[in-house]
Amino acid sequence: MNASLILDRRRVLAGGGALIVSFSLTSAFAQDQAPAAMPPPKPPGSLAATAYLDSWIRIDADGSITVFTGKAELGQGFRTAFQQIAAEELDLPFESLKVITADTKLTPNEGYTAGSRSMQDSGTAIKNAAAQVRELLVAEAAKRLDLPAENLRTENGAVISPDGRRLSYGELVAADMLHVQAQPKSRLKDPATLKVMGQPVRRVDIPAKVTGGAAYVQDMRLPGMVHARVVRPPSYGAQLTECDSSAVEKLAGVVKVVRDGSFLAVVAEKEFQSIKAMNALSSAAKWKESANLPNQDDLLNVLTHLPSQDSTVFQRSDPSVSWGESIEATYTRPYQLHGSIGPSCAVAQLADDAMTVWTHTQGVYPDRQAIAEMLRMPPASVRLIHVEGSGCYGHNGADDAAADAALIARALPGRPVRVQWMREQEHAWEPFGPAMVTKLKASLDSNGKIADWHFDVWSNTHSMRPGGAGSMLAAQHMAQPFAVPAPRPLPLPEGGGDRNAIPIYTFPNAQVVHHFIPAMPLRISALRALGAYHNVFSIESFMDELAGLADVDPVEFRLKHLEDQRGRAVIEKAALGFGWKSGQKAPQDRGFGFAFARYKNLAAYCAVASEVEVNRETGRPRLVRAVAAVDSGQVVNPDGLINQIEGAIVQSMSWTLYESVTFDDTRITSIDWQTYPILRFNAVPDSIEVHIIDRPGQPFLGSGETGQGPAAASIANAIANATGKRLRNLPLTRKRIKEAIDA
Amino acid sequence: MSMTRSSRLIASGIAVMLIVGGAMAFAIVWRPVIPAIDPPTPHAFDAALIKRGRDLAAIGNCNECHTVRGGKNFAGGLPVPTPFGTIYSSNITPDAETGIGQWSEAAFRRAMHDGVNRKGEHLYPTFPYDHFTHVSDEDDRALYAFLMTRQPVHAPARENQIFFPLNQRPVIAGWKLLFLRRDTYQPDAAKSAEWNRGAYLVAGLAHCGACHTPRNKLGAERVNAQFAGGDVDNWLAYALNDRSHAPVPWDADALYMYLRSGWHPDHGTARGPMAQVVSNLSSVPDSDVRAIAIYMADISGAPTPDRKREGEAALAQARSPSQASQTDLAGATIYAGACASCHETSRPLPYGGVNLALSTAVSSPDPRNLANVVLSGVSAVEGERSPIMPGFADSMNDTQMAALLNYLRARFSKQPAWTGVEKTVADARRAVTVYLQTSAGPRSAPADPTQRDKP
Amino acid sequence: MMTLKVNGREHQVDADPDTPLLYVLRDDIKLNAAKFGCGLGQCGSCAVIVDGTAVLSCVTPMILLEGKQVTTLEGLGSVSEPAPIQRAFIEEQAAQCGYCIPGMMMRAQALLLKNSKPTDAEIRAALEQHLCRCGTHMRILRAVRRAARLMETADAAATTNRSAQ
Repeated sequence: MNASLILDRRRVLAGGGALIVSFSLTSAFAQDQAPAAMPPPKPPGSLAATAYLDSWIRIDADGSITVFTGKAELGQGFRTAFQQIAAEELDLPFESLKVITADTKLTPNEGYTAGSRSMQDSGTAIKNAAAQVRELLVAEAAKRLDLPAENLRTENGAVISPDGRRLSYGELVAADMLHVQAQPKSRLKDPATLKVMGQPVRRVDIPAKVTGGAAYVQDMRLPGMVHARVVRPPSYGAQLTECDSSAVEKLAGVVKVVRDGSFLAVVAEKEFQSIKAMNALSSAAKWKESANLPNQDDLLNVLTHLPSQDSTVFQRSDPSVSWGESIEATYTRPYQLHGSIGPSCAVAQLADDAMTVWTHTQGVYPDRQAIAEMLRMPPASVRLIHVEGSGCYGHNGADDAAADAALIARALPGRPVRVQWMREQEHAWEPFGPAMVTKLKASLDSNGKIADWHFDVWSNTHSMRPGGAGSMLAAQHMAQPFAVPAPRPLPLPEGGGDRNAIPIYTFPNAQVVHHFIPAMPLRISALRALGAYHNVFSIESFMDELAGLADVDPVEFRLKHLEDQRGRAVIEKAALGFGWKSGQKAPQDRGFGFAFARYKNLAAYCAVASEVEVNRETGRPRLVRAVAAVDSGQVVNPDGLINQIEGAIVQSMSWTLYESVTFDDTRITSIDWQTYPILRFNAVPDSIEVHIIDRPGQPFLGSGETGQGPAAASIANAIANATGKRLRNLPLTRKRIKEAIDA
Repeated sequence: MSMTRSSRLIASGIAVMLIVGGAMAFAIVWRPVIPAIDPPTPHAFDAALIKRGRDLAAIGNCNECHTVRGGKNFAGGLPVPTPFGTIYSSNITPDAETGIGQWSEAAFRRAMHDGVNRKGEHLYPTFPYDHFTHVSDEDDRALYAFLMTRQPVHAPARENQIFFPLNQRPVIAGWKLLFLRRDTYQPDAAKSAEWNRGAYLVAGLAHCGACHTPRNKLGAERVNAQFAGGDVDNWLAYALNDRSHAPVPWDADALYMYLRSGWHPDHGTARGPMAQVVSNLSSVPDSDVRAIAIYMADISGAPTPDRKREGEAALAQARSPSQASQTDLAGATIYAGACASCHETSRPLPYGGVNLALSTAVSSPDPRNLANVVLSGVSAVEGERSPIMPGFADSMNDTQMAALLNYLRARFSKQPAWTGVEKTVADARRAVTVYLQTSAGPRSAPADPTQRDKP
Repeated sequence: MMTLKVNGREHQVDADPDTPLLYVLRDDIKLNAAKFGCGLGQCGSCAVIVDGTAVLSCVTPMILLEGKQVTTLEGLGSVSEPAPIQRAFIEEQAAQCGYCIPGMMMRAQALLLKNSKPTDAEIRAALEQHLCRCGTHMRILRAVRRAARLMETADAAATTNRSAQ
C-alpha cells in the first residue's frame, strides 16, 4: 500500500522536528468533538469546524510538507486538486507536497465526503490554511531578518528577502508556530497570478492505477491476512433458522465460521477457499423469509399511498398575475443502483484491544462511531483509515463491508481480515437510490410565460448513512441487533428528496410541497445527486412541455424565466457550443434536447444540450453527442472538472435509459449485470464536449453531481423531440419508447 | 429462420442447370413487369392495418435478414454466403429508386407468392417464398402497408457474387418448377381454429421449416422429413418432430413459453440464430405465439413412454445435488472451474445457466451448437435484462474445448460419445468469426424474465 | 503445485486446477492489476492476456493455462517506464476511480497487438464486454486511439534502431 495510507501516529510524530503539536494530535480524538464556539465571523470552509492550522498543514524541519484533509478520494481526483491549492498558496512546487486523506487518527473530521462539498469545505479550508501558514512563515522570517514582512516574498518553499537571503520553510518552523487558530480572513493569491491552480495538472493517483500498483483497499495485503466472505440472508429481514457449519469448517483452508444471530461469515486462509466455503455455507443455511416488498411495477401508487409528512418548502404568490388553462404531468423514478464495478471491501484488525479498519467509506469519523457502537468499544479504541475503493457515487456497501470486517476481525484477534463482497451481494444489499414521484402543474399567462407553478415530490430520505450502528447490515443481523435509525429528511437548502425541488426560475406564483415518506420498503440511501436527479429531470422535462405549449424555443423559454446571470451564461454557452438555433429541426430519427440546473440551487451550474437518435422500429435510443457548459466558480483543475462532467453525463445517460432495481414480493432480483444492465461501449456517444466558464476569485462550487439531472432531462427532451412522444417514467427504455412510438 | 441466413443451397450449380436447362421454356421463365407506382404516402394506409403488418413482419422475422448490423432498418445488404457465391438481402424500404417504393401491392404480393420482383425477375429462394406463398392476400396487404410506411432508405442493392450459370436468374424458374408448391397449405376442419392459425403461420410467414427441415441436394426442403432438423450458419436447427433430442420432451406450454420469453426452465435459453426469432416473437400477439406452440406440439406427437421416462430422469439429474468433479479428467476440471459456477447453482434460468442434463445441445447428435455457444457465449443485449455467458474462444484451445465437450456429453447425456469433436471445434471457430461479423444488429431481449434468486 | 508463467517469470503455485486464474494472480502471485468485479465473466475487470489474446481471468481455471504465457498490466510497464498503452491512459487522464481500467487496458493491448490501426467501431466492439461505472468511456476510447499511435511510433522507432545497428 501507499505508505501514507498506513502511516500511523508514531511515524507522524517521529517526523523529526515536526511542527505537529498539542491540539490536533496530543488528543488524537479531539477532532471529532464539536468545535469550541468560535467568535464570529468564522473562518471559511471546514476551517470553521477545525480551526487550528496545524490540523491541515504540517511542515517538518526537513522542509517536507503534508496537507491533511478529512475528505476521501473517491476517484473524483481531488487529492490532486487539494495538492494544487496548497502548492499555490504556499508557493511550493506541486510535487513537493503530500496529501493525507481521511483517517480518524490523522486528519480533521470533515464528516462525509458527499454532496459535492469537498472543494467547498476542504478545498476552501486548505486554501485559507495554506495562505495563513504562508503569512505566519513570512512573519517569522521578518522577525528573524528584521525586515518588514511586506518586503519579503515566498518562492519554492522559502521566504526570500530583497537582498536574496533565503530562509526555507523548514528552517522557519518552530515549536507550535502553526498551532494557532485560523483567522476569518486570509491574504489569498491574486487570481491573476496563479501558477498551479487552474492548470490541468495530471492526477497523482493515475500512474499507480494504470501500472498495477496497490491503489485500492481491495489490493491490501497485510502480514497474516485472512480472507472472509459473508453469507447474506436471501432477503430483507430474513432470519437464519438453521446452519450446520461442521462440514464447512473442515473444508481446505477454512479458519473459522463466524455466526452472530443472522450474521453469518466464513474465514479462510486463501481467497478462493473462502469463496468455496461461502458457497458451501450458503447451501447449509436455512432462512425464514417474509414477503414484504411492494409491487415493482406500480411505484407511483406505492409511494403516493404510503403515509407522508408533508411540508410546503416554497411558496410565492402574486395575485396580480392571471393565467389560463393549466397542464399537469407526473414523473417517476425507480430504485437505482450505485453499482460500483468493484464490490465493497474492507480490511480490519483487532490488536491490543484496538480495532483498525481500512475502508472506502465516505465518512471515517461517523463510521467509526457506528462501528464502535456495534462492537461496544470506546470510539477511541477504533481507528478508521480511508483507502480508495472502486468508484463511489454515494452510500454504497462500503460502510457495511467495514462493519462486516470489524465484526469478523473481533472473532480472530490479531489477524487482519479482508472481507470482499460478491457481485450479487453488492447488487442486492447496497442501499439504493430511492424511488420518487413528482407531480407538476403549471399554467401560462397571455404572454406565454409561466404564471403559476405547482411541484409535489414524494420521496424517502436520501441518507441513511451511519450515524449509529443500526445503519449497518452486520449490526442489524446480530443476535442482539441494533434497530435501523428513524429516517429524517435532509434539511434545505441542500435538501434530500426535495433537493432542487425549488425551481431556479422566477415564477410569480409557485408552490413546492415535499411529501417525505418515512417508511422504506427497500433499503435506500444517498445516490449521486440525491433527489436532484429526479427533480431536475421533472422540472426540465416539464419546462420543455410548457415551452411546447407556449410555442417558444426551449432555450429561449428557459432564459425568459431565469434571472440568475451566471445561470444564463451557462445556458447560452451550452447552446452556442451545441449550435442550438431557434426553429431548428433535427435530422431524421434524431432529436435535440436541452436542460439546465444549478445543483442544490447553490453549487455548480450546468447546462446540457444533446442529440439523440431513436430507431423507430426497435425504439432503441442512442445519445449521439452532448455539449455541456459548467460554472463551478474558480476552477482548480479544468481537466478534472471536465472528467467529472463527462462522467456525470455518461452515467446519468445509463441511469436514464436503462436502469431500475427489480424485486418480487420478497427478494431483490436485480443481482448482477444480466439483471441490472448498464451502459456498454456500443451505446457510448460519438462525442461529449464540456465548456467551462471559469470564475477566478469566486468560491469553489461543488460540481461532482451537477451534471446528473440536466443530462437526464436533456436526453428525455431530445427523445421527445425525435419521436413526438413525451416519456415521463424513468428509465426511458427501448421498450417504453417503442410503445410510445407505436401507440 | 429464413434461408438467407443459411448456406444450404448445397447442390452444384451445374446440376441445377442440367436439370432445368431443357425446361426453360419462355412460358415458364417470363414474367411481366408490373408498372411502377409513385410511392404511396404513409397516410394512405390504415393505422390498424399497419399495426397488424408490424406484428406479421415480426412473425416473419423480416428484420433478421433485411437489416444489417449498424445499418438502417429494412435497408438490406446482409451478405449470405452460399456454395454458389454470396447473395445480398434486398432493400425493402419504400425508397423509390433502391427499395420497393415503386411496387404496387400486386407487385409485393407476387414477390411473396411467386418469388418474382416487380420487374419480372426471379428471386433467389434465399428469400423463402416457398413459405411465403402461403401467406393470405389479407396478410400481404398488412405487410405491404407496414413496409410502405417505413422510412425510405436510399441503399442500392449490392451486386450478388454468384457464379455462372446461377447468376442467370431464369435458372431459378426451373428450381421453382421443381420445388415451389403454391397450394399445399389447406386448413384442417377437424382441428381447432387455434391449431389452424398455428399451421398457417408455421407453413407460411414464420417459415420454421426453412431452418428446421433438412434440404435436398438442390437446396429445397425435403417434404418427407419435415422438421427433422436442418442446418443454418453452422448451427444445427434442432429436430422438432419425433426425432427431437431434447432431454425433456417439449409440449405446447413449454414451446409457448420458450417462443414468447426466450427460455424455458426445462430447456434453456434461446441463442444463436433462434435468439432473434424469439426476440421478435416477444412483441407479437400472444394468441399467435400460442397457436404456433399448439400446432408444433401436436404435429410432433405425444412423447412415447420411453421418452417421458428419459425426460423425468433428466429432470431428476438436474435437480440432484452436484456431483463431485472427477478431477482426474481435464474436462471435468475445466467444467468445475469455468462452467459450474453458473450452470450448477441454485439460481434458476434464465440468469442461472441451464443444468446441462437438460441441454439439447449436449444431447444433440452433433456437437456444433455446443461448440458455438462455448466459443462465443451469449452477449449482453444493450440496456436490457438478458442472460450473459462469457465466450471461451480465447481461453480454451481446440483440445481443451474438445475435452470439455466430451466430458459434458459423457456426464450429462445418455447418448453415445461424439466423434471428431476437435475438428468440429476448429470448424466452429471459423464459422463463429464469420457469423459475428455479418449477423444482424443488436437484438432486443425478449420478455423481461425477472427470476428471484439468492443474493 | 503447478507452474504458471506470468509476465515472463515462472511461478510455482499451490492451487487446485479448477481455481480461477484471477485468485492465483491476486492471492498467490500478489499482483494487483487484475480486479475482481463480478466473478461471472460479465464486467471485464479481470481481463489479462494469455498467449496474446485477452481472457477473463475470473472464469479461466488454472488447468487451461498449462504451457501458456500470462501477461498482466504489471508486465507491460511501470510508473517509471510505462508501456505505450499506459502512457496513453496517463496522457488522456483516462480514469476516474480507475478500477475497471486495467481490464480495459489489457483488452485494448490485445486488440492493438492484432490490429495496429483499429477503427472506432473495432475499439468499441473489443471493449463491449467491459463495464465502466464512472462514465470514463470517452477518455478510454481516446486513450486506446492514442495508444495505437504511440505503439506505431514505438514500432517505427524500434525499426529505425534496428536498421541503425
